[in-house]
Amino acid sequence: MEKKFNILRSTAVPLPIENVDTDQIIPARFLKSTTKDGFGKNLFRDWRYDSDNKPIKDFVLNNPVYKGSILVAGKNFGCGSSREHAAWAIADYGFKAVVSSFFADIHKNNELNNFVLPVVVSEKFLESLFESINKDPKTEITIDLPSQTITNEATGEKQQFEINPFKKECLLEGLDDIEYLLKNRKEIEKFETERAVKWN
Amino acid sequence: MGKTLFDKVWDSHVVKRIQDGPDQLYIDRHYCHEVTSPQAFDGLRKRGLKVFRPERTICSPDHNIPTKNQHLPIQDETSKIPVETLSKNAEEFGLTIFPLCDPRNGIIHVIGPEQGFTQPGMTIVCGDSHTSTHGAMGAIAFGIGTSEIEMVLATQCVLQPKPKSMRINIDGKLKSGVTSKDIALYIISKLGTGGATGYFVEYAGEAIRDLNMEQRMTLCNLSIEMGARGGIIAPDDVTFRYLKDKPNAPKGEEWEKVVEYWKTLPSDQDAVFDREETFYAGDIEPRITYGTNPGMGIGISEKIPFAPEETSSKTSYLKALDYMRFKEGESLEGEPVDYVFLGSCTNGRLEDFRAFASIVKGKKKAANITAWLVPGSQQVRKQIIEEGLDKILEDSGFELREPGCSACLAMNDDKVPEGKLCVSTSNRNFEGRQGPGARTILAGPLVAAATAITGVLTDPRKLMNHGKEI
Repeated sequence: MEKKFNILRSTAVPLPIENVDTDQIIPARFLKSTTKDGFGKNLFRDWRYDSDNKPIKDFVLNNPVYKGSILVAGKNFGCGSSREHAAWAIADYGFKAVVSSFFADIHKNNELNNFVLPVVVSEKFLESLFESINKDPKTEITIDLPSQTITNEATGEKQQFEINPFKKECLLEGLDDIEYLLKNRKEIEKFETERAVKWN
Repeated sequence: MGKTLFDKVWDSHVVKRIQDGPDQLYIDRHYCHEVTSPQAFDGLRKRGLKVFRPERTICSPDHNIPTKNQHLPIQDETSKIPVETLSKNAEEFGLTIFPLCDPRNGIIHVIGPEQGFTQPGMTIVCGDSHTSTHGAMGAIAFGIGTSEIEMVLATQCVLQPKPKSMRINIDGKLKSGVTSKDIALYIISKLGTGGATGYFVEYAGEAIRDLNMEQRMTLCNLSIEMGARGGIIAPDDVTFRYLKDKPNAPKGEEWEKVVEYWKTLPSDQDAVFDREETFYAGDIEPRITYGTNPGMGIGISEKIPFAPEETSSKTSYLKALDYMRFKEGESLEGEPVDYVFLGSCTNGRLEDFRAFASIVKGKKKAANITAWLVPGSQQVRKQIIEEGLDKILEDSGFELREPGCSACLAMNDDKVPEGKLCVSTSNRNFEGRQGPGARTILAGPLVAAATAITGVLTDPRKLMNHGKEI
């Protein structure tokens, strides 16, 4: 897993479906592994393969025309289960960013904690991205984290996107939240002693 | 300006506010199951860390466990490994665990409250989105990912931006034959599956106050299905009565003191929410879903709506109906059903089995129905037997299984076969959730019971007499 994100220019894989839940991203029966590795091969498993494990031609990941390290998806991406396996599958497959007009909270955090950048764009921008990719699968998208902009290189359309400044720093520098917290343990101990109400 | 219940609990747990960043939030309870935790424990080992506050983590295997012959070794090797890994990790890091067959084992969201670990005013997390269940007790409870589990194990904290606040009022009284599951499915269908994303929801109003503790858990459990980070209900006498004398609840003088504190938690009169929604209990009838997310729901007597005009939504909507093999404008009452599942962290409590038994009592299960009745915990199972509900169920042709998550997400052997239709009291009707190709209709325990008797999707009120069960 690459632990840094700066500027990414790539073609994209379009998935114009709304409410893609984490059960579709990685079905529960593949959550039995006790490591973080190898989930990419089962990314979107039941849309990608039929019950005989044969690739379903219509599905975008099976279409060699569409490639790239950016996934562009319909609104409310990643709803449902909190399984971080979904973010591991996306990262392991090779996606470094996911673009949508709306993300579910837990999944968004999970992507960020795995250095996959969720980019929220307007409905209109998303629509236009789908159109551009549809017209020309070689359409490139530039995601510039330092300036917080995303550009549809086919049309030149550019949009600002939001990211929490703390998480931005983490992604640019390749820092884990946990490293930040570990440095803070003294303050945590202080908080514990000072609490008005103590639980058993 | 007054504070909301959510503000009071959240603010009292902020260790540090990071400038332009999330809050560092202290976590009182961490619940842990076998699916989302192994990689977090590995992370600790790689960093050479111990669990910072082992007494605050409670483990119970639930997702992978079989619901028959739990006393025997787990047959499926791929399920056995994560279950055993959880035991090994609990032992290595000195954590409390209720292993398979322990009288306290069960679905983590069922055992937390029943063992008294979940208490008002706490912050609670678990690597599971249905952690929102515990909000029913007046706690801030939400699901986290595995990276965050590692943070909690290592530091007892997570970094979280504070969500916005929403209050959902349910005014008036519920009609007979309508359960808290129906309230939840009603709200989700009104707001949509992402309608509360970014918010933490407080449920209020007469219909909510009238709910008992287990019914409140069902409602809060489903908060995540409209995208909310969690749901919370102000602690009141219902809460205190439920919690008193639970094994891990405070006792004696400490109890008296803490109840006084809990009574200060409800939202102040002048508290302002970022968003407020009001619905009327009387408008709610037994609910069912017809699509592949919990927001695609209707009253049982209603017809499947027509697709929205907007192109992108229309495609997704029709894809969902196609998967379900249903049509726009169709009524689902009378639809032949193959499977009925009673259970899960949503509807696997004693209250749900009482409701189910009240409908099936003195009747026989339809021959075309395969029914899985799975208690949420060993204790729920014990209560069912103590109350004699198991006899009622058996006489009607049902079998009581052993506890676990079971067919809610089909990680064990309880899988609905491809193409089969299941009326399920669980929480998600996603494609393939109950098994590859399985079709799920979400409903409450009364609809599930009525359907199990007739063999077709049935309004439970048709099997009830003037609001009283026959």
